Amino acid sequence: MTDQEVLDSFTRILRDLLLDDSIVLLMETRRQDVPNWDSFNYINFMVAVEIEFGVKFKVADIESFENVGAIIAETQALVR
Amino acid sequence: MRPMMSWLPVAPNFRADLGVALESPNPTDCLERLASLAQHRLGYLETIQLDRALGRLTSEPGSGFTVVRLALLASSTVDHLLPAIRVAGLRRRLLIDVHKGQYGQYRQDMLDPASSLHQFAPQFVLLSITARNTIASVPLTATAEEVDEAISRSIDELRLLWRKARETFNATIIQQTFLDITEPLFGSYDRLVPGAPARVVMELNNQLPKVAVLDGVLLLDVARASERDGIDGWFDTGSWLQGKLEVAPEAAPSYGEMVSRIVAAQRGLSKKCLVFDLDNTLWGGVIGDDGLEGLVLGEGSAAGEAHLALQRYAKQLKERGVILAVCSKNDPAIAKAAFNEHPEMALKRSDISAFVANWSDKAENLKAIAAGLNIGLDSLVFVDDNPVERARIRHSLPMVAVPELPQDIAHYVRCLADAGYFEAVAFTSEDRQRADQYMANAEREDLFELSGNLDDFLRSLQMSVVFGKFTPGDLARVTQLFNKTNQFNTTTKRYSAEEIANFAAAKQTVTLQFRLLDKYGDNGLVSAMILHPDPKQVEIFEIDNWVMSCRVFGRQLEFEAMNIAVEQARCHGGKALRADYIQTPKNRVISELFPNLGFFPLDRTPGNGGTSWFLDLAKYIARSTHISRQGT
Repeated sequence: MTDQEVLDSFTRILRDLLLDDSIVLLMETRRQDVPNWDSFNYINFMVAVEIEFGVKFKVADIESFENVGAIIAETQALVR
Repeated sequence: MRPMMSWLPVAPNFRADLGVALESPNPTDCLERLASLAQHRLGYLETIQLDRALGRLTSEPGSGFTVVRLALLASSTVDHLLPAIRVAGLRRRLLIDVHKGQYGQYRQDMLDPASSLHQFAPQFVLLSITARNTIASVPLTATAEEVDEAISRSIDELRLLWRKARETFNATIIQQTFLDITEPLFGSYDRLVPGAPARVVMELNNQLPKVAVLDGVLLLDVARASERDGIDGWFDTGSWLQGKLEVAPEAAPSYGEMVSRIVAAQRGLSKKCLVFDLDNTLWGGVIGDDGLEGLVLGEGSAAGEAHLALQRYAKQLKERGVILAVCSKNDPAIAKAAFNEHPEMALKRSDISAFVANWSDKAENLKAIAAGLNIGLDSLVFVDDNPVERARIRHSLPMVAVPELPQDIAHYVRCLADAGYFEAVAFTSEDRQRADQYMANAEREDLFELSGNLDDFLRSLQMSVVFGKFTPGDLARVTQLFNKTNQFNTTTKRYSAEEIANFAAAKQTVTLQFRLLDKYGDNGLVSAMILHPDPKQVEIFEIDNWVMSCRVFGRQLEFEAMNIAVEQARCHGGKALRADYIQTPKNRVISELFPNLGFFPLDRTPGNGGTSWFLDLAKYIARSTHISRQGT
């Protein structure tokens, strides 16, 4: 899977989660850049990604991901 | 293993269907579409999506939906459970308004009359408390006596909260059992060390039901669910560390489903009747093709034992009050022969209260079964191995529950059990006898066909009624009757056990319970009525609610009950009766009840599309019936 494909999936998941089809995610997007993407919905997002990709993130990573690109990199590493 | 609601069908076009619902300009149509989507197997993300869509609806719910207020008081983070509770409620046409207490503040919320919890006035209080505090209060070296004391302290604290919730809100209280979040310390020897964490959790879960049953508190048994699904499905260390989520996010849909089942059961919305297909469901093979001796059933083959296990499970359900029925495309004589002649059948013909075998459409047959048993179509569960039949019933009768069965007959029982269609909040002597009563009803109807004349038929039944105030031993049944009866229910007011007990104890309130006997036996406690004097005009008694089991419809009991109610009201100084009839989709059968009893319409309207009725006791003419009186 390419990074772009993962990014597309992430975008769809976050749109579904927040019921907001105007969301556009980029590699450098941070949580605070997206309206309503609060800490609770961050947990929701990570759970949804874990279920969809069949992965489990490390707790240390979850609290330190800098941006969407970092989550994608770790997802790719776990999927491989 | 992730908890999965495997009995629900998958939603093939969830995103598209949700989009259609959201774009609907009509809120009623939107809500119906969302309720229909809620009937499907939804994952964590889909549950949140559906809940958000539900949250966007601002208008009043249409008919057939009930709003319920539930407070979730917890010692851990529970935000992720709220969407699941609401969506599972929607699955049962319940709009559950969930109030979430402050994180870990449940004691203060309960005790502080100015808290938002008090403003919310919950009808249900769900307590979700961790075992961590009790574990922490017990040193590993504690003696068995010291552990017992610590357990008692924790349980006593819960009982205090229960009492407070009951006194303050008159609410139904649901206590969550304790998830075993501990790690082994001694290995298998843990259970033998009083102070070992696993042993402490075990003792907590052992003690809880003993006091819950005394205090009339219901349990949300997540401990049992986690044993079935595996603790990893219910508790996730990562989620705990990140956000103090004691219930794993992936278990949220199942958690919500369990909560909603209890709320629905308390509201009389649990299913009542289990309808089985025969060929390749109750037995292996096709009896019309394979013959009696060709059926796969019973000992000697794994598949045969699996079909037998399904029959035995059905028989146990029957013993706890679930009505059994058969709906099969078969020659009736051949189908019935299997019940009478096959030596391995656990179910006998007498276990089946409605038996329909023919070649017509199963949807029509299910309608006939519901009508024959005098229950709603939404009280039916239809079990059929054939996916085409299942899809057809879901399409033409969406209110009938149709479990998506696994491929392997070995897992049919598990699927049916996990689906939780028959969730209960009580187990009464009426439950124990119900199926037999429905069976006797079938005999009565046969008799009706023979005699042909209604008056002769009713006389031949030799009926008598035993009546009186609500008695302590019958309070559970009276509560159940008010909360489960949907057809003969004048106002559909529901009451907690505490409220019923209060009515029974109140001096001014007239309570009446009716038990109907006939030559076939005791029909049980089948009707109840609550009358309050109007505080402004104490000589006018208002019928707060009146219910009657559909088992005894058409037996003139409503007339005899009214004769009795009039006498009782007179004894209490009453000069008139007043009553509301609040129409619901289910109680149209009594839309003419009050005029038929001699009441006159009043101008005042009680709202909800209801009507008000008035009866001057001086002008009341007692109806003569074929029911004699016994007792008080």
